[in-house]
Amino acid sequence: MTNTVNAADTGGATGAGAPAGGADLRLESITKRFGDYLAVDDLDLRVPAGRFFALLGPSGCGKTTTLRMIAGLEHPTRGRILIGDEDVTATRAHQRNVNTVFQNYALFPHLSILENVAFGLRRRRVADAEARAREALALVELDHLSARRPAQLSGGQQQRVALARAVVNRPHVLLLDEPLGALDMKLRRQMQTELKTIQHEVGLTFIHVTHDQEEAMTMADTVAVMNAGRIEQIGPPEELYDLPRTAFVANFLGKSNLFTAQVSGSTGDWLELGFGPHLTRLPAARAVQSNGQVIAGIRPEKIVAVRPGEPGPGEHGWTKVSGGRVLSTSYTGVSTEYTVDVPGAGEFEVFSQNLRSEVFAEGAEVDLWWDERNVFGLPGDSDTEAGVEEV
Amino acid sequence: MSARATDDADDAASAADAAGPAGSAGAVGTTTAGPAGKPGGNAQERSPEELREHRRRGRVGMMLVVPGLLFAVAFFAVPVFSLLAMSLYTRPEGAAIGVYEPGLEFGTYAEVLSLYWEAFLRSFGFALIATIAALLIGYPMAYLVAVRLRGKPLLQGLLLVLIIAPFFSSFILRTQSWRLILSDEGVVVGFLKAVAILPEDGRLTATAFAVVCGLTYNFLPFMTLPIYANLERMDLRLIEAGGDLYASPFETFRKVTLPLSMPGVLAGTLLTFIPASGDYVNAVLLGNNQNTTMIGQVIDSRFFRAVDYPQASALSFVLMFAILILVTLYVRRFGTKELV
Repeated sequence: MTNTVNAADTGGATGAGAPAGGADLRLESITKRFGDYLAVDDLDLRVPAGRFFALLGPSGCGKTTTLRMIAGLEHPTRGRILIGDEDVTATRAHQRNVNTVFQNYALFPHLSILENVAFGLRRRRVADAEARAREALALVELDHLSARRPAQLSGGQQQRVALARAVVNRPHVLLLDEPLGALDMKLRRQMQTELKTIQHEVGLTFIHVTHDQEEAMTMADTVAVMNAGRIEQIGPPEELYDLPRTAFVANFLGKSNLFTAQVSGSTGDWLELGFGPHLTRLPAARAVQSNGQVIAGIRPEKIVAVRPGEPGPGEHGWTKVSGGRVLSTSYTGVSTEYTVDVPGAGEFEVFSQNLRSEVFAEGAEVDLWWDERNVFGLPGDSDTEAGVEEV
Repeated sequence: MSARATDDADDAASAADAAGPAGSAGAVGTTTAGPAGKPGGNAQERSPEELREHRRRGRVGMMLVVPGLLFAVAFFAVPVFSLLAMSLYTRPEGAAIGVYEPGLEFGTYAEVLSLYWEAFLRSFGFALIATIAALLIGYPMAYLVAVRLRGKPLLQGLLLVLIIAPFFSSFILRTQSWRLILSDEGVVVGFLKAVAILPEDGRLTATAFAVVCGLTYNFLPFMTLPIYANLERMDLRLIEAGGDLYASPFETFRKVTLPLSMPGVLAGTLLTFIPASGDYVNAVLLGNNQNTTMIGQVIDSRFFRAVDYPQASALSFVLMFAILILVTLYVRRFGTKELV
């Protein structure tokens, strides 16, 4: 864990009188069943105080159920939930020092923006509720709209009100349930940055549920990838992306070329792999399994395509796969995405940054090159299609 | 609020300022000089096609309104007017019973008010109590079906049918059966006597209590259904949001659910109060002839027994007018125009 934001650093910034910053959140073997359906399966999780934590997964993976259990809107079938040192498993939503930014914002349509934000403070009989609500609205730059009704605001503004309404209570844990899902792309980007800034300012523990891997990676300092009620892998976004430990993570978080290979030997810290007629290597530390059949993976942007016979980008430590043929080309401006068929090894996705104006046509012959330090190894029995197109 | 309004006005003013110079420079009309050759142009400029479309829509709208308008004139405006006229008729000297001639006898109003003010007060009192009782019974029913059973359409449908089912049997019959329920030998009276709420010689039939029971029962669906329709549309995530923001279930109800269902409550109370205050079947069947007389009974007897058409008309008119005033005051006070 590289990020070392902690509650002590940021607690001072949250203002006097408010409950101190965030608190650790612990889920201990949480299981949730709805009838026969197992939504969350024996989940263990620990989120240190002050983290921006993302729960990432396709719809139906149990991430929203997990969030609702933390909020107290659902109760686990089994397991314990702790906030700080307090076991809150048996408490109800209104007794927990946790607030949620709902997916559709759930602003109260009959109350003004100011009263929406002050709602939680008033329920807790906070003395200067109105002044604090105004401060929170100023934080999201909407103080000039405090007398309006939610229906009079745009989607992005409503989203910010929902955030202010949750943040103003200085909860130990703040939950975000796909809060940007309803916004258009441009607004999303803008809100992602704002959310991160605000989290930094108030120093609360944020738990952000999303199915958008890009959003999770941009915003969170720790990402947990969920699938079928379980957590597949936890770590900082760069680590998850660079070194996925399961095929699901490899495919769901960005794209991956996964191919079956045989470990043919090892030299020092390297494993030697054979796939079809080709050979490559990968660092032993990057392989989940170090003998027999494995699934090897390489990210599309880590592959360089060159004309047959032309020199590759490097000599030592680079793999060259020759005999490829371009099946399809998709030009996106910044880059070109190719599907390349390699006889005996299958199809490879290649993302090529458009450094030069040359673009390979369909049917062109290419050699593929990659730096062997970028290859990762997964268990040989992995389903190479797991997590593909499930978004 | 007023500060906000000023802000808006400022915004509008500055927007107008911004548009001003461009407009005066002639940039507005130049883009759309119509084919009809109207140069310059202004905000009202329309092409012939637009004008034709506008006229056509106007005609269609008019034609759709006509039948309803005719109906309202024939069966509402004309009767109200003739009711008003009838209430001012005079009785010629020595004329036979039931013979009146057109006149302007405003004295009839003073007469009926001094004679029957008690019945008026009682009617509104009964209607008010019945409305409150129906609200207390109907709201939880509506809440149960619309909120608690959300996502269970079968159970919801079943309970809705149960709420509406009484309408399938005769109004008179249902009211009659309340006499049975409240009869001296009945279970209710027996129980109330056993727990000593009712004295040994007490009874419920032919009392004001029985009349209010009948009113409440008969108008309950009119209270329940509008509230149900309102709650049924409510986003349940708002209730979750209330809980998430530290409101206990009761506080969430008081601060979120109830205010949001006010349009339904308003409609329900009006639909109950208005017909209940003019009702006379319940008073006839369940009341006595001393202290439960409602204004509907009085109008009935003035019209059919005493054949005093001006008095009956004046009473009807006063009733209409009083309801109009009460409802106006009520809507002014509790109106929920601001709700979205």
